[in-house]
Amino acid sequence: MAVAAVDMSFMEDPSIFSKSRYHQDDEDNFNLADLRACEPQAFAMAPVANPKSFCLDIKKSGEAPKLMDFMKGTTTLGFVFQGGIIIAVDSRASMGSYIGSQTVKKVIEINDFLLGTIAGGAADGSFWERHLNRLCRMHELREKERISVAAASKLLANIFWQYRGQGLSCGTMVAGWDKKGPSLYMVDDQGDRHKGNVFSVGSGSTFAYGVLDTGYRFDLTVDEAVELGRRSIYHATHRDGASGGVARVYHVHEKGWTKVIAGEDVNKLHYMYAAEKNLKGDE
Amino acid sequence: MEAVRKGASVVGVLGKSCVVLGVEKWAAAKLQDTRTVRKIAKLDSQIMVAFAGLTADARVLVNRARVECQSYRLTVEDAPTVEYISRWIAGTQQRYTQRGGVRPFGVSSLIAGFDPDKKPQLFKTEPSGAYSSWKAATTGKGDKSIREYLESAFEPDLDDGAAVKLAVRSLLDVVDGGAKNIEIVVLTADAPAETLSEDRLEQLAEEIEREKEEEAKRKKDEDN
Repeated sequence: MAVAAVDMSFMEDPSIFSKSRYHQDDEDNFNLADLRACEPQAFAMAPVANPKSFCLDIKKSGEAPKLMDFMKGTTTLGFVFQGGIIIAVDSRASMGSYIGSQTVKKVIEINDFLLGTIAGGAADGSFWERHLNRLCRMHELREKERISVAAASKLLANIFWQYRGQGLSCGTMVAGWDKKGPSLYMVDDQGDRHKGNVFSVGSGSTFAYGVLDTGYRFDLTVDEAVELGRRSIYHATHRDGASGGVARVYHVHEKGWTKVIAGEDVNKLHYMYAAEKNLKGDE
Repeated sequence: MEAVRKGASVVGVLGKSCVVLGVEKWAAAKLQDTRTVRKIAKLDSQIMVAFAGLTADARVLVNRARVECQSYRLTVEDAPTVEYISRWIAGTQQRYTQRGGVRPFGVSSLIAGFDPDKKPQLFKTEPSGAYSSWKAATTGKGDKSIREYLESAFEPDLDDGAAVKLAVRSLLDVVDGGAKNIEIVVLTADAPAETLSEDRLEQLAEEIEREKEEEAKRKKDEDN
């Protein structure tokens, strides 16, 4: 059959790639107003001349120094091992040097088999991850099978890409166990998305990486892995002022996820680890 | 739709590990270059479509479906299932039946291929936007007579050779001119689609003729 030249007009507006897969083309006018109320396209943009470069413009104009410098004051980490995935987070919310809360939940239970972590703006992270839950559920209903972790993280990354430069601040990890086994993806507010085995996100990540990289082996047992996660969080909270509170550890396995450590005060952990070394902990 | 009923016959057969699509080739005018009239198109590496009805409508639908397959691959990082793309094509066809100012696609298509888990699938879509899964399906001019034949002759889990023969035989019944007016494409899970050559088709046609004669003789012997 004679094929006409391929219609490449879809390349002209890159933002359509980030539209939800379940977005129906506008031309058909089938969209129900309430269904679309929460769709990204219906969001109000910043009331400035050029919303897409809002953040850059503010920085350049120098009008509000540091206003748009989002610091991700937190420590979250995740790693893949033979028994699945361990996700460990701290629970401190800080606004500069003011500690807002010591009991924040930085792991979002997207659904029974997907976990997401938030570093950065809590509102951005938790809203979009709950939105992701809705998209995952729609996928399940339509396709009659669970969404893969690759697709779920891609949906999230596309959303962040669409809002790139407009002030979202979020570094997240999406972890789950699907047909291809356990997968861990790091997605950030620039639309960056990477698959990997070991990730740590947040201001305390450098400290966590030190301990994590030292102790990481693929063939850790579940208990060893949980301990590694907890210890890495503790060390990060000890040295990073913006991390603290309690350590939470989740384990993602074939049947879903389990909250292994609901919250252990890192202060107590400090003295516990010190005692293991026969120290008092006041050094 | 009328256009579909007047279109060239198309048949699809599911084997155990292959899918076969066959179409009736219109007798081309002498000056026409037959190679440019392709009625079986590739949508994705392991999904093919054959259609009956208005060729131009089908061309547009196939182009859009190809883009949709790639879009799916980009977002989900996996090949689309045959069911997914059939549903999408059917949905597109349906949208054009419920809007002002447009007319429906005058195309009925058979979408055959393999899911990422290597299961063979065959789907049929209609201008109304309905779609369903079939073990062996047909559409176009010879719809009724081919379907009756398939219902009597189809068996599940056919091997590749038997599936091809079934497709060829069902088309030969309705096509004038024999093997040279038929095009057959065979798709297996791991290899690209293979279009059977004219020689191979002639060969098959002869085998089928012989089998038909043997069957006729056996029936006569039984009657006696």
